[in-house]
Amino acid sequence: MKPASIAVVGAAETTRLGKIPDMSVIGLHADAALNTLADAGLKASDIDGLATAGESPVALAHYLGITPTWVDGTQVGGCSFMLHVRHAAAAINEGLCSTVLITHGESGRSRVGGGGGFGGRGGSSLMGQFEAPYGVTGAPSMFTIPALRYMKTHGVTEEDLAWVAVIQREWAAKNPRASFRDPITVDDVLSSDMIAWPFRKLMCCLVTDGGGALILTSGERAKDFPRKPVYVLGTGESVETPMVSQMEDFTTSRAFRVSGQKAFAEAGINHSEVDHLMIYDAFAHLPLYGLEDLGFCKPGEAAGFIRERNTAPGGKLPLNTNGGGLSYMHSGMYGMYALQESVRQMRGVAPAQVPGAKIAVSHGVGGMFAASGTIIFGNEA
Amino acid sequence: MQRTLPQPTPETQHFWDGCRQGELLLQRCGDCREAYFPPRAFCPKCLSRNVEIFRASGKARLYSYIINHRPRPDMGAEPHSIAVVSLAEGPRMMTNIIGCPQTPQALQLDMPVEVTFEVFGEIALPLFKPDGAEGQ
Repeated sequence: MKPASIAVVGAAETTRLGKIPDMSVIGLHADAALNTLADAGLKASDIDGLATAGESPVALAHYLGITPTWVDGTQVGGCSFMLHVRHAAAAINEGLCSTVLITHGESGRSRVGGGGGFGGRGGSSLMGQFEAPYGVTGAPSMFTIPALRYMKTHGVTEEDLAWVAVIQREWAAKNPRASFRDPITVDDVLSSDMIAWPFRKLMCCLVTDGGGALILTSGERAKDFPRKPVYVLGTGESVETPMVSQMEDFTTSRAFRVSGQKAFAEAGINHSEVDHLMIYDAFAHLPLYGLEDLGFCKPGEAAGFIRERNTAPGGKLPLNTNGGGLSYMHSGMYGMYALQESVRQMRGVAPAQVPGAKIAVSHGVGGMFAASGTIIFGNEA
Repeated sequence: MQRTLPQPTPETQHFWDGCRQGELLLQRCGDCREAYFPPRAFCPKCLSRNVEIFRASGKARLYSYIINHRPRPDMGAEPHSIAVVSLAEGPRMMTNIIGCPQTPQALQLDMPVEVTFEVFGEIALPLFKPDGAEGQ
C-alpha cells in the first residue's frame, strides 16, 4: 500500500435497518449501493470495480447495470469488507479499475432470498426463479443456448462447430497427457450422441478429475528461480450476467470483449504479435466467440478461420494446443489448465511446442458467459 | 417427479402473482421509460426507484434455443426445448416453447410466439406457443 493514495468518497447503509421482510439479500445490497452512489454523486456507469461477499459480484453487477473491469468476491466471513478495501486499493493503484463499489446486504433476521453465492441457483435466486424452472441441466443445456442465434446471424453450420472439435483433436494427438488422442472426423462429430441440439457429444467438453497450481512473485525476484520466468504482460477481467438468458447480445460476449481489450491495452501489444492462444472451450462454439470478441477475427469470420486451418498444427495462430477442454481434460473449472499450457509454451516445454513462441494469450470464461478473465504472458522481461 | 419451481422474493412476488392471474407483468422506469426484466425495485438502466408495473402484450419472437436430450425426469421423458424469447416490449426471458413438435423444423428462429401459463400448484410458469396470428 502507498499511504494516502486511496480515499473513501461514498458511504451509506440501507434505507432501513432492523426487520426488513420485504427485501431479499440482493435487494438489500442494491439498496445500500443506490444510497452510496447518491452519497458520492455517482451513476452506476461511473463504477468499474465491484467487491462483495455473500452475494455473487456477477449477479450484483448485472442487477445494478455495472460493467466492471475488476471484481472481488472474496468471502472470508465478517471481515470480508476490510479485505475488499485492501484488494481495491491494490487494484486502483495498479490501474485495473478506478472507482470501486463495495457492498453488503444480509437478511439475517428475516432470511429472505439468500444463497446467492457465485452461480447461486437456489430457488429464490434470479436463476432459480427465471431459468431453472425451464429444465436447464447444467452447462450443456445453458452454455449452448446462445449458439443458434450466433449460427443464424453468421451463417455458421453444425459442420463448422464440428471442425472446432476435429482440429483440437489434432493438437491432442501430440499430447501424451490428453484424455482423447485418436483422430476424429467431422462425420464422427456429427454422428455422436445428441446432447442439446445443435450440440452433440463431441462438441462438449470432457468431464475428468485433476488439478493445477501456480506460484507468482515479482519479476525482479523471478530471475533467482530454477525455471525460466514467465512474465505477466497484461491482464483483463469483466462480468456480464449470471443468467445466460439476459446476455445483451447472443452473438458476442460483453465480458470477453471488455476483458480482452483491457489485457491487450495493458500489455501494449497488437494481435499480430501473439504466438500462441488459449480460449477456454467448454463447448465448440466458445473458440468462435473468443476469436471474434478478443479481436483476432471480425464478427462471423472465426468459423472460416478455423476451418482454413489457421489455428491447427502448422497454422499461423496455434489455438488450444493441449487439446483443450474438448480433448485434453475438463474438471469443471478448466481455466487453470489453459494457464498451465500457456506457461508451458512460454517456458518452451509444451508437448506440442510452438517454436520460438514469445507471447501467449490465455482467455477464460466463468459460468455461462457470466464472467471472463484474460492473461497475456511473455517470456522476455 | 416434481418440476423445479421458483421461490418468489418480495421483489418478484408481483410477477408470479401476475402469472397466476394469467398476466405477464413487466416493469418500466418512470424516468427513462426503459422496460426491464427480471423484476427489481429500481431501473437497471438509470437506477431510478420511480418504477411501475405494467401488463405486457405476451407477444414475443423466438430468439434462440436448444433441444435438451439429457435426462430431466421432471420435464418428461422426451427431448424438450429450452428457449429464450424477445418480448415485444424489449426484454428477453427464458422459457419453453410448447404446442409444437420439439424439432429444429418446427422451432424456427424469429417465429412469433405468445405467452400461455401452465399451473404447477401455487406457481404458474409463463411458457410460449407458436402464435398463429402472424404480425400480431
